[in-house]
Amino acid sequence: MLAATSLIILDYRQNHLESVRDALSVVAYPLQLIVNLPRTVGTWVDESLTTRQTLQADNTGLRAQNLLLNVRLQKLATLESENMRLRELLDSSFKINERVLIAELLAVDLDPFTRRIVINKGSRNGVIEGQTVVDAHGVIGQTIHVGPLSSIAMLITDPSHALPIQINRNGLRAVLVGTGETDRLELMHVPNTADIKVGDLLVTSGLGGRFPPGYPVARVTAFLPDPRERFAQVAAEPMASIEQSREVLLVWSSAETAAGDAPCAPDDTSCNTAPEGSATPPAGTTPTPGSP
Amino acid sequence: MLVRRNGGWIIVLSFVVALLVTIVPLPGWAGYLWPEWVAIVLVYWCIALPHRVGVFVGFGAGLMLDVLVGTVLGQHAMGLSVVAFLSQKLHRRIRNFPLWQQALTVLLLIAFHKLLMAWVNGFTGQPMHGALYWISPLVSMLIWPTMFLLLRGVRRRFRVT
Repeated sequence: MLAATSLIILDYRQNHLESVRDALSVVAYPLQLIVNLPRTVGTWVDESLTTRQTLQADNTGLRAQNLLLNVRLQKLATLESENMRLRELLDSSFKINERVLIAELLAVDLDPFTRRIVINKGSRNGVIEGQTVVDAHGVIGQTIHVGPLSSIAMLITDPSHALPIQINRNGLRAVLVGTGETDRLELMHVPNTADIKVGDLLVTSGLGGRFPPGYPVARVTAFLPDPRERFAQVAAEPMASIEQSREVLLVWSSAETAAGDAPCAPDDTSCNTAPEGSATPPAGTTPTPGSP
Repeated sequence: MLVRRNGGWIIVLSFVVALLVTIVPLPGWAGYLWPEWVAIVLVYWCIALPHRVGVFVGFGAGLMLDVLVGTVLGQHAMGLSVVAFLSQKLHRRIRNFPLWQQALTVLLLIAFHKLLMAWVNGFTGQPMHGALYWISPLVSMLIWPTMFLLLRGVRRRFRVT
């Protein structure tokens, strides 16, 4: 009893026990893999039984999509360089280069009262605590416990999660908190007179230093100013398909990369850099966005 | 006096299975109905073999549960050691109860465990949960007779002493 109490206090107050947790999480990893096994087998069977026709159809579809995305990327590249040039003129240090790593969700259920997920990448792959987790559409959450082989991420819908955002349209800043429901987030402390419209896109503001700026997070679904209250009620719906995505991306913002964490092993094939054309930095080096 | 010990791996295996079942992915509503498997298995072994399974086993199992579920390290360890201690103390009495009275005792033990969990959650700043939080002790109570008979069958089949 005493031991347990002191453990709780040590872990909660001082984070001294990360090494213990790491060691135990290595033992726990096989258990998580076993639980994940049925789905792995299911996916494998599914993949090996797809017909040639479906594969061909998929292939054509993906080709077309790739072409489309490439066209957009071209435009983005010019816009990005223009943006960087303008920012250089303004002497502001804004970094677009970010390293990403693809991680897979383990089909593991944690406490039903919290919104957390387990992913199959850990400190071996350079994952660090407090790292941003995104999917194709927006921010999902951040890592809270990083073990050697797997880590636990807290979703933005978790009731104890808060995230600094700004409104894409006008740059208004606010804090977005989770409610525990999968499709509802709330904006805290927004004055009744704030310029918010239903359908506004909320992006990470980068304040607070945890999340890199500029990632889409949610879309406003309801704005209810109430003259009797000090603040308006603002509900938003996450952009990311939080409950459906199987693969997630872990993002290192440039500052974290610069801090000396070698982000991935050289032989790790799943470790990619953000689509930056020729500016792909080798593992461990710092992208220097300001230099020509 | 030499006490023969037999089938320790069965005990370990039962805990491993309980841990696995705890983290099996479930649809949302089923998550709330999921009983406290590890606590049930622990109570059974504490009643059946109090000289082998006790506070330390409860502590270890709880620690594993903490790591698996991602709670504060020591939270489940504390709860389960208390459960193990109580059921070990009461094992003579619980053993002689008919099944439904045993189930009621299990309800109390697991509800106490959940209460401790809720306290620690409160201390560490997690938000409070509603009435749904207290369903799982009830489900654990309902499932106890089955689990008891199952685990007793396993114990006799493999002669765990």
